[in-house]
Amino acid sequence: MAKRVKAKLGFPGHIESVEIELPPGEPAPWDADSKLAVIGKDATRHDALAKVTGKARYTTDIKRPGMLYARVLRAAHAAAEVQQIDVAKAKKLAGVKGVVVLPVRNARFVGQPLAAIAATSEDVAARALALCKVSYKTRPFVVQLDDAMKAAAPAVHAGGAGASAGAGKSANIRKSKSRRRGDVAKGLRAAKHKVEATFRTQVVLHSSLEPHGIVVDYKDGKADVWCSTQATFAVRDEIAKALEIPVARVRVHAEYVGGGFGSKFHAGTHGLLAAKLSRQTGAPVRLCLDREEEQTATGNRPDSLQRLTLGADARGQLSAMKTVSYGTGGIAGGAGTASPLYNLYDCKSKAAVEHDVYTNAGPAAPFRAPGHPQGAFALEQAIDMLAERAGVDPIAFRINNDKNPVRQAELRRGAERIGWDARRNKKAGGGAKLGAHGELRRGIGVANGLWYNTGRARGEIHVKLHHDGMVEVISGGQDIGTGARTLLAMVVAEELGLSPSAIRTHIGDTSGPYAPGSGGSTTTPTMSPAARKAGYRARLRLEALARKVLGLGDDAALVFADGKVQSKDGGKQISFKKLCARLPEQTMTFSGPRAPNYKAYRETTAGVQLAEVEVDIETGVVRVVKIVAVQDAGRLLNPLTARSQVNGAVLQGMSMALFEERVMDSQQGHVTNANLEQYKIAGAVDVPEIDVQLFDVYNGSNSTGALGLGEPPIVATPGAIANAVYNAIGARVMALPITPARVLAALAAAKKGGAR
Amino acid sequence: MKPFELVNASSLSSALGALGQAKGAVAKAGGVDLLDLMKEGISAPPRLINLRTIAGLDKIAAASGEQGAVLGPLATLAQLAESKALAGVPAYAALAEAAAAAATPQIRNMATLAGNLCQRPRCWYFRDADYHCLRKGGNKCFAHSGDNAFHAIFENDKCAVVHPSAAAVALSALGAKLELQRAGKDGKVATRELAMADFFVAPSKDVQRENVLAAGELISAVKLPAPQAGQRSAYIKQKQKQSFDWPLGEVAVSLTVTAGKIAAASVVLGSVAPIPWRAKKAEAALVGKAADEALIKAAAEAALAGADPLDDNGYKVPLVKALVRRALTQALVSK
Ligand SMILES: Cc1cc2nc3c(=O)[nH]c(=O)nc-3n(C[C@H](O)[C@H](O)[C@H](O)COP(=O)(O)OP(=O)(O)OC[C@H]3O[C@@H](n4cnc5c(N)ncnc54)[C@H](O)[C@@H]3O)c2cc1C
Repeated sequence: MAKRVKAKLGFPGHIESVEIELPPGEPAPWDADSKLAVIGKDATRHDALAKVTGKARYTTDIKRPGMLYARVLRAAHAAAEVQQIDVAKAKKLAGVKGVVVLPVRNARFVGQPLAAIAATSEDVAARALALCKVSYKTRPFVVQLDDAMKAAAPAVHAGGAGASAGAGKSANIRKSKSRRRGDVAKGLRAAKHKVEATFRTQVVLHSSLEPHGIVVDYKDGKADVWCSTQATFAVRDEIAKALEIPVARVRVHAEYVGGGFGSKFHAGTHGLLAAKLSRQTGAPVRLCLDREEEQTATGNRPDSLQRLTLGADARGQLSAMKTVSYGTGGIAGGAGTASPLYNLYDCKSKAAVEHDVYTNAGPAAPFRAPGHPQGAFALEQAIDMLAERAGVDPIAFRINNDKNPVRQAELRRGAERIGWDARRNKKAGGGAKLGAHGELRRGIGVANGLWYNTGRARGEIHVKLHHDGMVEVISGGQDIGTGARTLLAMVVAEELGLSPSAIRTHIGDTSGPYAPGSGGSTTTPTMSPAARKAGYRARLRLEALARKVLGLGDDAALVFADGKVQSKDGGKQISFKKLCARLPEQTMTFSGPRAPNYKAYRETTAGVQLAEVEVDIETGVVRVVKIVAVQDAGRLLNPLTARSQVNGAVLQGMSMALFEERVMDSQQGHVTNANLEQYKIAGAVDVPEIDVQLFDVYNGSNSTGALGLGEPPIVATPGAIANAVYNAIGARVMALPITPARVLAALAAAKKGGAR
Repeated sequence: MKPFELVNASSLSSALGALGQAKGAVAKAGGVDLLDLMKEGISAPPRLINLRTIAGLDKIAAASGEQGAVLGPLATLAQLAESKALAGVPAYAALAEAAAAAATPQIRNMATLAGNLCQRPRCWYFRDADYHCLRKGGNKCFAHSGDNAFHAIFENDKCAVVHPSAAAVALSALGAKLELQRAGKDGKVATRELAMADFFVAPSKDVQRENVLAAGELISAVKLPAPQAGQRSAYIKQKQKQSFDWPLGEVAVSLTVTAGKIAAASVVLGSVAPIPWRAKKAEAALVGKAADEALIKAAAEAALAGADPLDDNGYKVPLVKALVRRALTQALVSK
């Protein structure tokens, strides 16, 4: 029977009593009135010591007896018919044990997998690759967005499935999504102030420290797989399919994962090749990609070309918002950037049209808040431009045009933390001349962010009680660095009145219960309620036992705290350990399937960021001095790991704003900077002061009230930095990354055009 | 990487002998660049002669009297950066600053002075074995028609690489000389001494090499002129990132100021040309004058006169101008 409860939801100053219908058997959500002992307090990651001492074993560390090393043969041309792949010589090389050739008819990017070779060492495998001979019939190719959009551009998917050219139109453009509401034309006609502007963002690479890698050990119709992945069960299913065995005969291990950011949802072609090589050779096969392969062929954040039109009335109320965007993720992958515009700001008339453009480059993969930092970079600059035209302060403009109370409160908090009123230049570029040569200008900017996820009704957690009082939490899912291993233990510890360190979590092994992939920032909001459910069920069982043991009535309330179970008045008690010894079984397992969401206070997270930058107007070099990141994520389970997520996202966003850019060469179709030397990524010295302002919002969407946090804090960063640069120098940089070349060009253009 | 033989040399003369004998044998110092090139398939020497096993080649001898400092070829960048004999002497400070600014701490611990001078360019087309460019014996500079944001703005008409060595920029400004040795036919060691300007090779002379080192020849010492009274130097590197990054531009200057006037000046620009780029017009603008803001500005303008940027690297002109002004100012205020 469904139960109705009242919950106190919202955030301090905005707490509402909301009636919630609980799915059958679910505990009431932790709300503003819940007094919690573990949740909301900093807890050190359970795997911190293993990680910093090098004890943690990642996929690249796995060694199996008799293991072979595989390398991938990759296409040398960006567009070609593959006429023949001759591996005869390679097969004869001493030490080569297996070869698998893929049925590739057409190569569509440099680095596309064609075959793989397993040998007794990495070196032998590499030398065997050099002995393979591939005959190509090359075709024209295209690697740049603008070139691919031209009518005469070579069709990237020619000779296979995919687009066919319409007359006078590029075959590479695919309208992917079109959303509209209200009447944009009317809204623009009514506008007193208008902004029309074009923005560009670059292709960014995930650059996980641990490249994609897999070890497959196939024997007797069963496979053990170690894989650096953010979706253990997807990998299990894909490997099972490749080996034509039931999924239950594949066991995927991913105890530690060195980063994924969206690029590791699948076994990948290399994973399937490794599986086939293991079956062919009867030996374990390791296939770990090198950095060049990682930066070329395992995913990217598509670039974008965004045309925005915004209108506002005389008072600065938005009357129309429109974006038309194009972007390329290579041979495949969505490049849409319109969601921030469509989902942020209260404006009756909006239109958002997105296009994917094919190029002969490696396919895109989801990347931390896909489309969003790009979209917000454009949107948040356009909003500032409009606010300036309307003569309204950017923060006031945002508050006036967005009724979301969480975001409004966050904007106010952020403004206070950065000293918005006192320290921001009233006139862009009008700040003091700082630095030894008077060359530095400081500026402050703001940008909004948003994210969506409240978790899904998928997956399950097991809690095991042992007769010696040991508690285990088991999930077949993975912890890709978000702290899931620790969070699940915390939730169960809270439910059972234990310390989180008293609980052992087993994670990253598909012999445990099902968990979905870690995407969309759903892992914590999906899995923490499942953990609570399993812990809650264990607790119900222990309560019944305790009442009997303590001689209490059937309805007597019990308190689980400090490793003890006691009657409400404290008169009778038993230690948790002793109580477990009275369990009827040596070990009892309680399963917590994830229930459907309850009623949420809000389905989305907000999140705003303010940046302070310092720009050298003589060299164009930008340094980020400080980022204030105000971020909500429902109920914050572990502030320590939450701050760590925000820090990481801000750094990745800053690195995208100033440095990162994959460069494709149009002459031979190579990535020119497929390494971590010329592909510039922020390093330790680039790290600004990051003021993380966590914003607890009691959200009744599930039993823990948690929302996702992995992605949201990257959304606002590039836009906030761009607006800060404008405030510093009085010239706008309309493209990412904000390089010295672009800053100097913007300054020169502003000088030519006169002060605005 | 192709298999190769590694020979640990015990003395400079045995290293010279080993290099003279085997065809294609190559000296290995820190191995930082050499191994990169081998892994990238740009070079495949059959035999490496390891110089790091030779004792004493990393010595830094301080200047005394008429005698300038003498630097061992295997002194690491870290040693140069920390050496009192350099950092503590205004005339030499530019070299210590250049060494300290290069690469990363880990690399500076391995990278040697001679290796730094002889490293090959970082042009991304040159470094990709599949691009058969001019410098690799092909017939095309891919940077000209490709992405050239980090390429040369001077002397770029043939091959647009920039010379990658920070030490070369500083040593050129300091007027250093290189002592080169090789094993002669008679078994004796032949020694020659070259000015920095005569060591580096511009593409117009030979596009496939960056210096005049003959096969089997080694840098045996780097000799700095004795510091002059009133001489001070400075080096500035501008990166895009604050953390490790290759320079967008570099400047090293050396000024000798006597009686309030600049008696001697050298201004050398880095990361702007295939060789360390001596800004002779800037030097001429400075010499004989009393330094003030206007003079510094004029010198910076003169330093970049004649720059001819490609499509993507025009920003280097204002950027390096600013660096020249800053380096001159820094040198002038240092005592
Ligand atoms: C990530 C990264 C960043 C870097 N950043 C910078 C930077 O900012 N600035 C900079 O200047 N450099 C930079 N470098 C380059 C680095 O400083 C050089 O690779 C290094 O100095 C080479 O020195 P080595 O001793 O390792 O030389 P090796 O790799 O051992 O040798 C390089 C070449 O020098 C030759 N050689 C060595 N010793 C002698 C000798 N005594 N006589 C004649 N020939 C000799 C070798 O035969 C070889 O051809 C960077 C390198 C990396 C990998």
